[in-house]
Amino acid sequence: MSIDLNTPTTATPVATPIDSGVIEEVEVRGHIVDSLLLPKILDRILQMGGSFEIRECTIGSRRVDPSYARVAIKAKTPELLDAILGDLVEHGATPINPSDAVVVSADMAGAFPDNFYSTTNQHTQVRIVGRWVEVADQEMDCGIVIDHEHKTARCVAMLDVRPGLPMVVGYAGVRVIPAERPRGASPFSFMNSAVSSEKPKAVSLRAVADSIRTARSNGQKVLLVGGPAIVHTGSAQHVASLIRGGWIQTLFAGNALATHDLEQSIYGTSLGINMQHGESVDHGHEHHLRTINTIRRLGSIKNAIDSGLVTSGIMFEAYRKNVDIVLAGSIRDDGPLPEVITDMLVAQAKMREAVKGVGFALMIATMLHSVATGNLLPAWVKVVCVDINPSTLTKLSDRGSFQTISLVTDVEPFLRSLAAELVGSI
Amino acid sequence: MSLAQNRKIAMQPRILMCPPDYYGIEYEINPWMNRLIGTDPLESTRQWRALHATLVELGVEVSLVDPIKGLPDLVFTANAGLIYGSIFIPSRFRHGVRRGEEPYYSSWAATHGFDVVTLPEPHYFEGAGDALFCGETLFAGYRFRSEVGGHQWIGARLGVEVLPMELVDARYYHLDTCFCPLAPGVAIYFSGAFDTYGQSVLASNIEHLIEVSAEEAVSFSCNAVVVGSTVILNDGSPELAHKLRSIGFVVKPLRLTEFIKAGGSAKCLTLRLDGEDAAGWHATTLNQGIAST
Repeated sequence: MSIDLNTPTTATPVATPIDSGVIEEVEVRGHIVDSLLLPKILDRILQMGGSFEIRECTIGSRRVDPSYARVAIKAKTPELLDAILGDLVEHGATPINPSDAVVVSADMAGAFPDNFYSTTNQHTQVRIVGRWVEVADQEMDCGIVIDHEHKTARCVAMLDVRPGLPMVVGYAGVRVIPAERPRGASPFSFMNSAVSSEKPKAVSLRAVADSIRTARSNGQKVLLVGGPAIVHTGSAQHVASLIRGGWIQTLFAGNALATHDLEQSIYGTSLGINMQHGESVDHGHEHHLRTINTIRRLGSIKNAIDSGLVTSGIMFEAYRKNVDIVLAGSIRDDGPLPEVITDMLVAQAKMREAVKGVGFALMIATMLHSVATGNLLPAWVKVVCVDINPSTLTKLSDRGSFQTISLVTDVEPFLRSLAAELVGSI
Repeated sequence: MSLAQNRKIAMQPRILMCPPDYYGIEYEINPWMNRLIGTDPLESTRQWRALHATLVELGVEVSLVDPIKGLPDLVFTANAGLIYGSIFIPSRFRHGVRRGEEPYYSSWAATHGFDVVTLPEPHYFEGAGDALFCGETLFAGYRFRSEVGGHQWIGARLGVEVLPMELVDARYYHLDTCFCPLAPGVAIYFSGAFDTYGQSVLASNIEHLIEVSAEEAVSFSCNAVVVGSTVILNDGSPELAHKLRSIGFVVKPLRLTEFIKAGGSAKCLTLRLDGEDAAGWHATTLNQGIAST
């Protein structure tokens, strides 16, 4: 039996990334290899402007044995998809028609209907009136709301449920497209998400830098989720340099990072430790509270910058570069600073909005903010988490952000090297 | 070099025909048909009888299905269905005007010892017009009349390899108008009726492919009847006749112009009941299941 899929076809059965558009699966069976029906069908899809992904393919072992292929066809518009499907039916490809997603109206605010479909952070599609549709705003631990008029679907958080919202229940008409890690060509291919302190740091660092460059060249945003250890370890200047270089567009942090960063700018200390000499300063332990108090008296961090009080550091550069900043508070915060959002649900909503368009997330030395952000990110956003404590990294992966690449290392040398790698190359 | 089969035929070749008593152009379902031109009944009968006589001379046992008024194309028995051993899979015609033929063919097959196996809805399939064995493989044509889904079902049902090929020229709407197996591994074909995929399939699966020119294909040269080493085809294909003789076949040209008016010729007027000479299962044990007429 000939299994030459290349003659005379020009199509190669490679996985095509599914991002937008409408999708339909077809199956074709019989002697589809020797009759060249399969390559012909794949060629037709491409010639008509669609793309395909072979989801399943079984080749018969004997000449008389039939073969089978299940092919996902993607097109930009429903009209184009219909045209492709209409053409392919002539060549023996028949659509697989599962049922539509089952939808019920939400019966109360702030809670999903019973038996709601609970989302993952992976690509998900729902079937609406016989058509597979991508779920927008993909996020784990949400529900799916359907807009029948526009034939769209999106993830919605539990607290955002309003009575009457059409919610997907059960598993019918819902499918998850598992993320495929690129093989070979990716700088991440040599790494896996197992937490280890024994990875070659220089190689890891170059991979991180390349991923940031790729995200930026694709027009995606880079998100930094940072903890105060960045400032304590003397890394604020490296982060400031990365922001100044245009490598960070979104910043998630808490009261502490901002406070100690501002403290360093105003007093030259972090938690009262002189950042030049590493020694305690007299009454240094008051510096962070006096910083908070001063900023509160001025009304905002922005006012402190505009007034010339703050002239350097992460927050200074972030405001100057119009970085999208979300500071989320916690129960242990002093002050807090005026920009710190103390209503957790408001903070979560702001972060949810801010992660849209993020293509790469760097999480450094903060466990709770990292887990919170990991919950919001779809699985196809690359995440690198850097922490001296392996348990932080393990917690992140254990909570479903399995796409995370973990680096167990001190943050200062990491950030110093990353800044050296990236800054100057923009 | 002789590619004609010298094997001794174990059984008398048997063919089904239908007298052209009610043949005529009563509708137009292919580019050849033109009701304004019509046919000459006397000449049609003369040409049909000449074909019948030629087959009888070659030792063929010809069975006849009764002609039916209002079914002008019943004369084209190749479209009755597909025969495989004792199995008869009746056609399901694409055009409503021919569907009236289906029960007559099925009834004939059932009363002559065949197991009638019906193709499931909704597939169209036009019998030996679009499905021809060459060796062990069933070559099939689709697009104008038959459908891939039907071919695939037949392949699975019979347990044979079936290779559907798209027909791309409406003048060659059935596979038997552009492709004719002569013996296992030997066939004539007109390449212009197939796209590059179909051409590639034929080239990869048939050892000796004999190309028919466009000029001779249009006079239905490929619509030939093969009986042993004899090929009966429409008159007007000297080039092909020469090629066939050079590889050991005896060529018998016949004038079948009245039937070309409806888009058919020698092959369309016959249905081989014991398996074409080119079929791998011909004269094998499968035949023993066929009841004698």
